Amino acid sequence: MRSGHLPIIEIRKLSFSYAGASRKSLNDVSLQVDEGDFLVVTGPSGCGKTTLCRCLNGLVPNFYTGELTGEISVCGRSVRKETTSSLSRHVGFVFQNPENQLFSLTVERDVAFGPENLGLIREETRRRVDWALSVTGIEELRDRAPYELSGGQQQRAAIASVLAMRPDIIVLDEPTSFLDPRSSKEILQVVAKLNKELGMTVFLVEHRLDLATRYSNRVVVMDRGSIVLDGPPEDVYGEQAHLIGIGMPKVTVLFRLLKQDGIEVLKTPVTVEAGVEELRRILRS
Amino acid sequence: MILTNGLYFTYPNGNEVLRGIDLRIEDGEFLAIMGENGAGKTTLVKTFNGLLRPTKGQVLVDEVETRKASVAALSRDVGLVFQNPDHQLFCETVRDEVAYSLRNFGYPRDVVDRRVKGILETLDLMPYMDSSPFMLSGGERKRVALASVLVWNPKHVVLDEPTIGQDYQQKDRLRNFIVQLNFQGKTVIMVTHDVEFVAECKPRVVLLSRGKVIADGKAEQILTDRNLVAQASLLNPQISLLFSSIDNLPHDVIDVYSAHIAVKNRIRGLRNVNAGL
Repeated sequence: MRSGHLPIIEIRKLSFSYAGASRKSLNDVSLQVDEGDFLVVTGPSGCGKTTLCRCLNGLVPNFYTGELTGEISVCGRSVRKETTSSLSRHVGFVFQNPENQLFSLTVERDVAFGPENLGLIREETRRRVDWALSVTGIEELRDRAPYELSGGQQQRAAIASVLAMRPDIIVLDEPTSFLDPRSSKEILQVVAKLNKELGMTVFLVEHRLDLATRYSNRVVVMDRGSIVLDGPPEDVYGEQAHLIGIGMPKVTVLFRLLKQDGIEVLKTPVTVEAGVEELRRILRS
Repeated sequence: MILTNGLYFTYPNGNEVLRGIDLRIEDGEFLAIMGENGAGKTTLVKTFNGLLRPTKGQVLVDEVETRKASVAALSRDVGLVFQNPDHQLFCETVRDEVAYSLRNFGYPRDVVDRRVKGILETLDLMPYMDSSPFMLSGGERKRVALASVLVWNPKHVVLDEPTIGQDYQQKDRLRNFIVQLNFQGKTVIMVTHDVEFVAECKPRVVLLSRGKVIADGKAEQILTDRNLVAQASLLNPQISLLFSSIDNLPHDVIDVYSAHIAVKNRIRGLRNVNAGL
């Protein structure tokens, strides 16, 4: 069991280059994530976000081989000493394209796959499947085939299949890329619920910050294999983030432009609601 | 011009995806087709180059009915860039991939080389010329797919979800590039649910829902309409949500730069009123 005060993810001076690659995908990355954090990780293509995700459940270096130096531990276990399958009890992984992760003939079978492979008794598996389907709001899809579902429903099923393992951390690598805006919002709401109500630690990789920012307490920006910014979104969305070229929420961009005109902006808004409040204040004064 | 008359399309499994589409796309227009997952967007554009033939009704491309023309012939005029680049890439190097169509069309070698280089430069792909497309990132592969279509200079360019997998800067570049293509006189049709991207490009928007056109008009009108946007499973652009909550700001603003100007004007107006008092 982990003791409460230790970070749930602890990364120290981690560097990695894929076998045969000429440059490092991760370069001296250090990061501590506390239990219950909702972390949004962003940065330009090729900045190392996906590679960092893959380190969290040991896909790097167990599946994607290469040269790994430094230390990484998750839930107090050194990732380098564990197998990906033993880590999967602690770290759930949701990919960009749900089709890559669903393979059974029914949603229920997909969700039951993980717990069954843990060798749990039937009642426990059943309990977990029911719970995972209900948390993600897809109980009525239980008997449907994943391939006949919409993208948003498939992504919920993928999340449910990961939840059934009862992980401490859920890692999502651009889970909304293929979804229409409403389904994207609904998926992020499901993730936010896991974070808020169950205290699950969220590690979300996203380009589109318009939707994700409101749920996160911390944004990490990566560039060329390193972490360059780390803090609450209000602090991170500034000049440097702009120069690196991350897709800040449009509301934030607007207030940056106003600030440049010499208009006093008290707190840079990162959501529409905060923007409404700040703009009203500016127009009053 | 691309024209659809009472277009219906049903897949062999009985799934009726397009249910009576009447659409007129003039030469040189810039159009975004938007709507929920499964609305029929991709199916619709696949009828433009004859990949799919109408079950009922007709599609006319430059006055030729697609039923009466081959995909090869139609593709010369209608260049379709697929959503998933892996559905269209197959060569061993980026150079071969991009040159493939031109070689097939029988262009002389020097023309092929020149055109291939030109498009690779434009799309920032020169460093990967001799790499395998499959070694590239998703965003890069998408640009290779785009290059391999644009290289033969089709009159109408159709882009299916061009922004998926692209980061902010690549999207910015893509937007400039698309606008430039359109400026050169090409018809540009993009299928997308990237509301913020469309808010910055401001094309004509056709909203599709369950196989029918539910709205057709200017981006500023459609993306600020809460009911329509909800019906198509989209969200309103952040700027439009912001402006609609504040009195005395124009309610048809959807992009950051126009919003910036509108706020400045409003502040100036308020200052003038105060100074006048």
